[in-house]
Amino acid sequence: MSLSLLSRGEMQFDQLLQYTLSGLSTGAIYALIGIGFSIIYNATGIINFAQGEFVMLGGLFTLTCLDLLKLPIWAAVPCAVVASTVAGLLFERLAIRPLKAPTPINLVIITIGGSILIRGLAMLAWGKDTHSIPSFSGDDPIAIGGATILPQHLWILAITVIIIIINKYYFYYTISGKAMRACAYNRRAAGLVGIDVRRMVLFSFLISSAMGAMAGIIVAPLTMTAYDVGVMLGLKGFCAAIIGGMSSGMATVVGGLLLGILESLGAGLISSGYKDAIAFIILLLILFIRPQGLFGKADSERV
Amino acid sequence: MLRLKNINTYYGKVHALKNISLHLGQGEIVTLIGANGAGKTTILNTISGVTPASAGEILFNKEPVSALQPDRIVKLGISQVPEGRQVFKPLSVEDNLELGAYLRYRSREWKATIHKDMKQVFELFPRLEERRKQLAGTMSGGEQQMLAIGRALMANPKLLLLDEPSMGLAPLVVQEIFRVLERLRQESGTTILLVEQNAKAALKLADRGYVLETGKVILEGAADELMENAEVKRAYLGKDKKEMWER
Ligand SMILES: Nc1ncnc2c1ncn2[C@@H]1O[C@H](COP(=O)(O)OP(=O)(O)OP(=O)(O)O)[C@@H](O)[C@H]1O
Ligand SMILES: [Mg+2]
Repeated sequence: MSLSLLSRGEMQFDQLLQYTLSGLSTGAIYALIGIGFSIIYNATGIINFAQGEFVMLGGLFTLTCLDLLKLPIWAAVPCAVVASTVAGLLFERLAIRPLKAPTPINLVIITIGGSILIRGLAMLAWGKDTHSIPSFSGDDPIAIGGATILPQHLWILAITVIIIIINKYYFYYTISGKAMRACAYNRRAAGLVGIDVRRMVLFSFLISSAMGAMAGIIVAPLTMTAYDVGVMLGLKGFCAAIIGGMSSGMATVVGGLLLGILESLGAGLISSGYKDAIAFIILLLILFIRPQGLFGKADSERV
Repeated sequence: MLRLKNINTYYGKVHALKNISLHLGQGEIVTLIGANGAGKTTILNTISGVTPASAGEILFNKEPVSALQPDRIVKLGISQVPEGRQVFKPLSVEDNLELGAYLRYRSREWKATIHKDMKQVFELFPRLEERRKQLAGTMSGGEQQMLAIGRALMANPKLLLLDEPSMGLAPLVVQEIFRVLERLRQESGTTILLVEQNAKAALKLADRGYVLETGKVILEGAADELMENAEVKRAYLGKDKKEMWER
């Protein structure tokens, strides 16, 4: 009797560990996408609803590089990042910059319209099917305690950590990153010291689309990819950014991880049908109760 | 060096500057005085390209500059110390100064020149050196004003625009700042356009002045003449105000 209770408890612990681990890796993806939202928001005040589409483009461009161009994976990934980033830059140049009256509502319409357009083009280019992308280094499960994870999970966590470190370095130790923070804090004063604010806006789209694409690429081997994966991933990333108070630093990372873990626990312990609902419930709760984010003071720096 | 010809600037329907004409000669200190809402800040922002004029012409060293973006204006050698200081509060003192030299960061000798220039700023404002690692937002108002001036100087401007540098500061700090302006003119020949509510201190420092009222220049002349002008005395050098400043 007592023995069976113990093993039951152990099993539950293993399960919790399992859910947490897989939640962490999905959460890392959300964090990357969320930081992309925040960087653009901080530099420009725009919520870029097309952010998810660059995540989608990352995965699908990787597919093209692998299948059509026959590149090895280590070459396909950077190629896909570059291609998606170019798409991000074109989007800023063609859709955002020419706006005569960049009021918030116009920008919302433009980014939503842009996202529908990009999705449509992707559907024409890659079709409606779901595609799979091979894992970076095999699919042999690795045991951690009583749980198992895939090598791809480790890739996701490692790449996310590296990107976050690079991001931190850029914003705090390079003149261009400091200029970006200056723009985020006070755009007019940034112009007055000679910072080309419009170039910084372009730059923020560059960084965000590159990060989004990278997120889309590293998650694709686990979840498959298709022309419409950007919608859900974009919304989850947005949710991470909202939890983090639109910070482009650790707060959004924590927001993403929290969301990933809660989703995974909710799906495992309650029902997988609720998985997506969890994100929206959190989103609404945060917006109603703590619009400055979970950790935010009313007007602290968001970088 | 700088010449504004019949400048008109609007905020939507608000006609903020009405046919403003003024000029600054090389090495001059010129002050703009006027009541709240007269359009002083708007003049500086129009020169800096923040609120472009809808009519009129701005010449800097005989080149038209009225259609340029703010960063291009800085590149030409016109730096502004904006109203309310507007330092980058979340960044350190050093980072603020470094960003002041942003336009030079592509040049090869950037690292060397930036250190030299920063030393010069620290020499003018030793307080900034003591606090170089401190976040700008945690400094006192006076220190932030010094930082704002230092940041503008890091661009090596030929013409410095200052918008109410004495606002909200203790008299001693104001004196210190005005002494630095005087030194700048003497040592580096910087031309200065100074907007001030503190008309007495400004006229004492300046060579010439313009008096602004509701978007128009109503008086101009040598600083000592303006100081003696009955109208100026009444409106800007009144006894009450004097007591307020001299406290
Ligand atoms: N962003 C704006 N939108 C609309 N009107 C503005 C704006 N900024 C200034 N104005 C108007 O333009 C006029 C001139 O303003 P400005 O800020 O240049 O005055 P000022 O002389 O600098 O005043 P102060 O001494 O208070 O700084 C004022 O009537 C003001 O209300
Ligand atoms: Mg003003």
